[in-house]
Amino acid sequence: MKRRMKAILAMSVLLTLTIALSACSGDKAGETPSGDPSADESSITIGIPQDLEESLDPHMAVAAGTKEILFNIYEGLVKPDKDGNMVPAVASSYTVEEGGKTYTFTLRDGILFHDGTQVTVEDIKYSIERCADTSGEGTLLVPAFSNIESVEIVDEKTVSIHLKEASTDFLSELTVAIIPKHNEDPAGNAIGTGPYRYVSRSIQENIVLTRFDDYWGTPANIKDITLRIIADGDMIVTNLKSGSVDMFCRISTDQANELAGTDFEIYEGTMNLVQAMYLNNSFEPFQDIRVRQALCYAVSPQEILDLGFDGKGTIIGSSMFPAFGKYYLPELSDLYGKDIEKAKELLSEAGYGDGFSFTITVPSNYQQHIDTAQIIVEQLKEINVDATINLVEWGTWVEEAYTGRNFEATVVGVDASTLTAGALLERFRSDSSKNFINFSNEAYDAAYAGAQASTDDKEQTAYYQECERILAEQAANVYIQDMACLVALNKKYGGYEFYPLYVQDFASLYIR
Amino acid sequence: MKKYVFTKLAGMFFTIICVAFLVFLAFAVIPGDPALAKLGAQATPERLAAMRAQMGLDRPFWERFFSWLLGAVRGDFGTSYSYGTGVSAIIAEKLPVTLLLTGMSFIIMTACSIPISIYTAKHEGGLADRIILIVNQVIMAVPPFFAGILITYLFGLILHWFQPGSYVSFAQSPVRCLVYLFFPAVAIALPKMAMTVKLLRSSLLDEAKKDYVRTAYSKGNRTNGVLYHHVLKNAIIPVITFLGMTLTDMIAGSVIMEQVFSVPGIGRILVSSISSRDYPVVEAVIVLLTFIVISVNLLCDLICRITDPRIRREA
Repeated sequence: MKRRMKAILAMSVLLTLTIALSACSGDKAGETPSGDPSADESSITIGIPQDLEESLDPHMAVAAGTKEILFNIYEGLVKPDKDGNMVPAVASSYTVEEGGKTYTFTLRDGILFHDGTQVTVEDIKYSIERCADTSGEGTLLVPAFSNIESVEIVDEKTVSIHLKEASTDFLSELTVAIIPKHNEDPAGNAIGTGPYRYVSRSIQENIVLTRFDDYWGTPANIKDITLRIIADGDMIVTNLKSGSVDMFCRISTDQANELAGTDFEIYEGTMNLVQAMYLNNSFEPFQDIRVRQALCYAVSPQEILDLGFDGKGTIIGSSMFPAFGKYYLPELSDLYGKDIEKAKELLSEAGYGDGFSFTITVPSNYQQHIDTAQIIVEQLKEINVDATINLVEWGTWVEEAYTGRNFEATVVGVDASTLTAGALLERFRSDSSKNFINFSNEAYDAAYAGAQASTDDKEQTAYYQECERILAEQAANVYIQDMACLVALNKKYGGYEFYPLYVQDFASLYIR
Repeated sequence: MKKYVFTKLAGMFFTIICVAFLVFLAFAVIPGDPALAKLGAQATPERLAAMRAQMGLDRPFWERFFSWLLGAVRGDFGTSYSYGTGVSAIIAEKLPVTLLLTGMSFIIMTACSIPISIYTAKHEGGLADRIILIVNQVIMAVPPFFAGILITYLFGLILHWFQPGSYVSFAQSPVRCLVYLFFPAVAIALPKMAMTVKLLRSSLLDEAKKDYVRTAYSKGNRTNGVLYHHVLKNAIIPVITFLGMTLTDMIAGSVIMEQVFSVPGIGRILVSSISSRDYPVVEAVIVLLTFIVISVNLLCDLICRITDPRIRREA
């Protein structure tokens, strides 16, 4: 017994020592890569806050966090550039005929898929029809594609898409990925035409991409990309500082401040979403436009920016953000200045002179929305309105607040799926299935229908601007800001580009 | 003995079924639709319905539970909602990481705490003993989560002994993997180590005052001989039970520490699956953890019975 006990003790001490010693030797080994530029030169590790979806099938992907990465692997007939213009990708050119009823594309010469096969017009037809469900057997994957009448192969270089009704907006929907018809497992075996190709993944750990050397366009600068999942928000700064991650997108202002004076450069862009306190227009006090306007007068977006966001962000006044260019009306952001007296007046006119109380439902995984809601609660106290915050999990928010429309007010950011004004404004039509705030206004519906029917760009823009103006004047929601998007990138690298859409372009990154 | 093991095993089986049922029930009660969580707010009703049918959510609660149970008994835990692969495959990939981490921290803990407690017991009241006791008290008060952050900061960012967040899998490089896991393992082991030292030290001191120790000395034994031969053997019994509890505690500790040190083990899967409402995964992981905890407890009971004839006779 004695001997055995001693042996066990000796062994366990030995084991600990081995581990401790290997810790020292491992440290030296860890230093080598950074000292040896050839090994490190063309790779970057990018932190992402959540794992990608199970399926890497671009047509099935729904999470914004997955789609923004897939942007590097797949391309559509056209793709957005950093200014939001649609530039030809899989197609080398296109023509729009019959006032937007037929779109004809010419296939780019010699373009290859990641598996080395040639892209054919058959692949284009297959990809578009797969999303449009023209056969009627599957499900419609892209809602706008319900407008597709047929996809016609004109010759081996040309494809025409015929629409049921003319639409001038349709081009921006054709960013839908073109995938090879012969790929039997698009979910697991990601094959596209983009500047990076998929190599491997490990659940909740990482995703590895590498440069596609036969890319048709300007090849990417950095060869290997590892996307590392950092699920714990508190560890982002630690991992950046330690050098295990070179880049992280959408960090908070606090995290940016913590990184000041380190090897990181902070790029500032816009998130391209409409952050607002969305009001359920059928909740009793909010049915009255005067109450909604009173809230707009009481809430000061500038104070929210200063207190919660270090002054960063763009104040907006309607469901439209600056990246949309011609559609965006900057003057709407000054429609309601902070005016407590006016707010109180409006409240007593509406019969709420003594104030009222309501609940703000906020998804708990978005710190920036929670911060905003907390400041709003304080601001509303000035007009005797008692708001309480109810934090819910994201899944609960989607089910109860968004889909079930069972909420009083909620602070979230709403983004645009495509670069068409309709992507932001369609949801406020009275009978839209996405109208989670139950907004109902005849003038709005008429203006929106006018924009849809219009084939003249100027006229259409005017209609959309009319929609925005109605949302602001009706105080449909308490609009706050398009939040600043902060990206931390190690100074070893450069070339980060912001897009007006929710995508990450890794191909533009380079090593200094 | 056989009868004892049999009743224990039967109880174990029953406990696991109860836990499985409770998890199922919890998911049925809490809000959040897995299909909606997966497809997002923009999902069309048709796609949602198709997804629900694919996940089997259109079936009634009892039917779902029993079909799951039937599958589980046969070792088939179903398919993960969010990863599309078999749950067993995911667990098979991630569990070794967690077990390695737990194993390492357990080894570190026992290897350090036993010699330290014997040393302090031997030099009771001495300067070293008093200092160790104070340090012990402080370490016990530190929550493992905080210890983890502290270790990351001190050894990772200031001393650069390791690179936080740079975990590599064992298959890629066993040495770098073990080196990386050493730090979270220490963070998990530290508070447990302090507790074990405190317990074993007082247990040793209690035993050392007993009559048989005096007899051992009078026979001409030296201090070390008495301590290792006679006292440790008797003093270790309560400690074995305690170590068993600690081991299960450490598995839970690993789940937390995996978040802090970005280690892709079972804990990471568990936490992310809860928020994505991926309950085939949650169900399987929780049942597995329950199984491990109960088995470790059973094992401890058996070890105590083998080492201590008194317990055997009582039963």
